[in-house]
Amino acid sequence: MYPDLKKTIPIDTIGVEERVSRLNKRSIKKESKVQGLKLALSMIDHTTLEGKDSPGKVKQLCQKAKMPYAPLPDLPTVAAVCVYPNMVSIAKEALKNSNVNVASVATAFPSGMAQLQVKLDDTKYAVDQGADEIDMVISRGEFLKGNYSFIFDEIAAIKEACGDAHLKVILETGELETLTNVRKASDIAMHAGADFIKTSTGKISPAATQPVTLVMLEAIRDYYRETGRMVGMKPAGGIRKAKQALQYLVLVKETLGAQWLSKDWFRFGASSLTNDLLMQIVKQETGVYQSNIYFSND
Amino acid sequence: MSDRIDVLKTYKTYVAGKFPRSESGHTYAVKNKKDKTVANACRCTRKDVRDAVVAARSAFSEWSSRSAYNRGQILYRIAEMLEGRKDQFVEELELLDIKKKDAVKEVELSVDRLVYYAGWTDKISQVFGTVNPVASQHFNFSMPDATGVVGITSPQESPLLGLISTIAPVIAGGNVCVVLSSEKYPLPAVSFGEVLHASDVPGGVVNILTGYQKEMIDHLSSHMDVNGILNTNSEKNIRKQIDENSSLSVKRTYHLTENNWIETEHENPYYILNFQEIKTTWHPIGV
Repeated sequence: MYPDLKKTIPIDTIGVEERVSRLNKRSIKKESKVQGLKLALSMIDHTTLEGKDSPGKVKQLCQKAKMPYAPLPDLPTVAAVCVYPNMVSIAKEALKNSNVNVASVATAFPSGMAQLQVKLDDTKYAVDQGADEIDMVISRGEFLKGNYSFIFDEIAAIKEACGDAHLKVILETGELETLTNVRKASDIAMHAGADFIKTSTGKISPAATQPVTLVMLEAIRDYYRETGRMVGMKPAGGIRKAKQALQYLVLVKETLGAQWLSKDWFRFGASSLTNDLLMQIVKQETGVYQSNIYFSND
Repeated sequence: MSDRIDVLKTYKTYVAGKFPRSESGHTYAVKNKKDKTVANACRCTRKDVRDAVVAARSAFSEWSSRSAYNRGQILYRIAEMLEGRKDQFVEELELLDIKKKDAVKEVELSVDRLVYYAGWTDKISQVFGTVNPVASQHFNFSMPDATGVVGITSPQESPLLGLISTIAPVIAGGNVCVVLSSEKYPLPAVSFGEVLHASDVPGGVVNILTGYQKEMIDHLSSHMDVNGILNTNSEKNIRKQIDENSSLSVKRTYHLTENNWIETEHENPYYILNFQEIKTTWHPIGV
């Protein structure tokens, strides 16, 4: 159902930033910190989206996804591995008999500059290859022109092409200029059937920021109150440190409640965050500050 | 109007090329031999050590890949800048009740020591590198190479000369360092940070923390991202703690205790070699 955009609330940028900085002052220590770090680890979409990706690299990435750090075998696995469509079958094979999902970007990622038919084919190909989750990009050009119904129809069409696969809609907030636009795009995506809304491709700077995430989380909350349907959230790009990850978890808890604190409803799109989380977890276990050289690079 | 209250300077730390205060915001009073407070210094703790190691690590690749000649130029530049601020350092040492004559001598020796190690940077690999005879068709040679991040516990006495005698050989060899300055006399160390800042040394190559060494040594010597420890603290328990912690990640560990830093034995290329790794290359040659 198409949302009434006249009712989109304008966003108070200063207010959002102040709320974020207030929430960032929460101090999380000891057991709760360890719990938070492990939760964050279980929410990662371990990602490689480079032109030079090879089957070998994807296999290594999957190995790390299943067993993030061999000396601590009880750690949770990451939530999913995120790759380009032509790497999906390799990841699927490497991850069989594990509970790690395969996510694939599709729809002419990262620019989204292609015909709808091309995007649909791209999506169907990824699903046929075995992707459990599809990360699509919206046409930012059309959005900025004000062609909102185009975006709505596009998302609805891709959702249909996904079948059983979960659909994450990338808004690429770094190109949407204002927080009010972010709110509008979030509303459109959710009404068009998105299972998750996601901040960024990771190819544009700024990528995920906390103010943008807060605006999207509030959109999810309002949508949930209106329709009763839960939608997930995925900030992606630029989240490299465990400390940032914990700050994001606080935002989620304070905006949406504990119900959303699970990998089913919240994900981090990241690659280097995994190692920093592992280093912090090992620091908590041993009391000794860690070095990157003792952790695999994948 | 003579009963004015003096404004005592709070000396800050030198980390990543900046002058931050300690993370906790705590300070401690620096006293002279007559137990009179002469200044305040930051009381750094665990998190300051952590931040300093991160800063050092990120400076390492750039510093170690500079040409040895360039590192020599920069060390010489530090000596020049120190010479230019001689009076300030003499005054600071006098503030701590060191006699003027001794203070002047300490500053001058410090400058000379920097010049000494500046000269060695581009000679270390000629003198200590080797070409090794091997039985196969290979050209085989071994070269000294920088170790990485070195933690230094600076001597309590000779607050400037001891500091420079420990830092200079470490950075001359392309390493970066985190220095815990003299607890009793930290002032010259922080002022030396200002000299480093003004002399082309990239931020993060030398990081200077002040505070109680006991509160920091455990975290510094157990840190897995620290590759070497140069200790001048002679307390038995501290030596033992450093040795045990160093074994966690097999750090190069040297204890230089009970020293008279004025002695010329501290001008010694083997102090550079202490924090070098010898890398050997097998290069195939034609028949």
